[in-house]
Amino acid sequence: MRAPSLLMLLTAAAFAVACGGKAAPEEPAPEPTPAPAPTPAPEPVDDSAERERLERERMAREAAEKARTVTADLAAMINFDYDQATVRPADQETLDRKAAILVANPGVKLRISGHADERGSDEYNLALGNRRAAAAKRYLENKGVDASRLEVVSYGEERPLNPGTDETAFAQNRRDEFEITAGGNNITAPQ
Amino acid sequence: MTRFSLLFFAAALSAGPLLAQDTTRVDEGVRIGVDYRPGTRPGLVVIPGAGLDSVRAMVRRDLDYTDRFEMITVADLPQGSTTGRGSAESVGGVNYALYRSLGAQFAVELVQATTGVTARLHDLGEAKVQSQRTVGLPATTAVDFRLEVHRLADEVARWASGNPGAAASRLLFVSGGRVYRVDSDGHDLTPLTPAGQTSLSPAWSPDGQRLAYTQMGEGKGGIVVQPLSGGPGLVVPGSQTALNITPSFSPDGRTLAFAHSDERGTDIYTANVVERCCAQRLTVGRFADNLSPTFSPDGRRIAFISTRAGPPQLYVMAADGTDQELLAPFDYGATGSSNAPEWSPDGASVVFHREVSGSPQIFLVDVAARRVRQLTSSGRNEDPTWSPDGRHVAFISDRSGRRQIWIVDVETGRVRQLGTPGAARLPAWSRRLGRTTPVPNP
Repeated sequence: MRAPSLLMLLTAAAFAVACGGKAAPEEPAPEPTPAPAPTPAPEPVDDSAERERLERERMAREAAEKARTVTADLAAMINFDYDQATVRPADQETLDRKAAILVANPGVKLRISGHADERGSDEYNLALGNRRAAAAKRYLENKGVDASRLEVVSYGEERPLNPGTDETAFAQNRRDEFEITAGGNNITAPQ
Repeated sequence: MTRFSLLFFAAALSAGPLLAQDTTRVDEGVRIGVDYRPGTRPGLVVIPGAGLDSVRAMVRRDLDYTDRFEMITVADLPQGSTTGRGSAESVGGVNYALYRSLGAQFAVELVQATTGVTARLHDLGEAKVQSQRTVGLPATTAVDFRLEVHRLADEVARWASGNPGAAASRLLFVSGGRVYRVDSDGHDLTPLTPAGQTSLSPAWSPDGQRLAYTQMGEGKGGIVVQPLSGGPGLVVPGSQTALNITPSFSPDGRTLAFAHSDERGTDIYTANVVERCCAQRLTVGRFADNLSPTFSPDGRRIAFISTRAGPPQLYVMAADGTDQELLAPFDYGATGSSNAPEWSPDGASVVFHREVSGSPQIFLVDVAARRVRQLTSSGRNEDPTWSPDGRHVAFISDRSGRRQIWIVDVETGRVRQLGTPGAARLPAWSRRLGRTTPVPNP
């Protein structure tokens, strides 16, 4: 995951929150988890408050770590063979994890962008990228994710991940990227 | 002159026999009938003279770029030797014997006239002035100056070969996400779309007055039809959502065919860009891709690319979407991907690119015989587009180290580069450009 994309993700998530529940009516609008606000220590001699504070901090860290993992799972890319738009068996598990997270978090929406390597015609590569994004969407739909939560776009060969011109670069550039466009905060891990 | 242009324009759109009939009706001493024979290009000299340097240089280069003449240079001849006043072999001061001895069959004379320039074509074999015309020229600084000179050069080419050149035309191409326009000789490079916006797939309207292109934004894009004179653009009906690419006008300029990509795949649609309505789907992909439509010159058929049988290949259908069939034969698993077709102005062939050993090369397919012929072999060569006279194909090649526009003479294989400052892609060659009054659609 590139840093700019993460930033975009966060911005998108913040935007979705700022826009209120408009993005996902079925979302039960969960209360934001109260930040571990520093509570005034009542008994200076008693260290239980301090222990509680540390415990709360630890739990918050763990939750954040878990959320990061879940977000990373959602954003994990998948790759394709040359001029192919079929989900490879090796990438099915990646998509399965996304499907489970999406089922557990009905407010989350994804934008799937398909990409191609620089070989082949510029315009055909846009169609190919579109087909790759659509293939991931169909896979997730078949795993129970509602179609309206998955947006398909294509960049063709316009946004290579690796600017190289060897097979390694080409293989990295033939990909789907997944971007959270709604419900990005408070994502819970699937049970 | 205008009438002549219109007549010719109409003729250029029609089939061969009609072309001959129409051009014979053109008066003013125009002789038709010098047929180009491959391998026997007539020698042609542009007579040096005083003044008109830029006009003479442009006409000479335009005639050279037609690839229909053996250009003979006389710049180094001793002063005075080009005129033969007093000799029996001299007409109007032009030394026929001299030019004949250099191997010329034609001599082009350009002289200053009160309002512009007079062009004379001397037939050296017949020892007479074959054709001449005086045209008005705007000031050399005027926007239309170069185009006017190119029109004159095209006419001289027609006098001498029976076929007008393609100098009075322009190309669109994409560089750094912007659509640019450039004259056929590489001059007057002009950006047409704003910086900071990604534009793709530029296409000319047949009258040369409008441009269609994809305006990209975040993995989606609509197709905009924009008047070249400025003014508001139109987002083509049916292209407002998802991703829409490869627009192509019908010959009458009323219909735009394009590819619409969404989660069902990529399919070809048409829309009426005059009535601004009536988007209609022509292909049903079932997760396959159908794109890059290109109309036949009679408007009845559309060649296009489809992945229905695996890798992208060239197909053809009726303009209403019926009768879809393979156009360029291929061997499954052996023939490389084929893309970017454009139907020739005479309707006889479709140019496209096809992968050969990992590199795209320019091919032609004969529409009637379904035979393919390879035009290029060095470097990567892609996205071909026809010159208005159907004699040349412009394409993108990296043979010089970076992607640039190159032009190949389909008859002889001679190539030249049309240099642009940045890397170029997706070229689209206009038809012959008329004057500011729009050329009426047939």
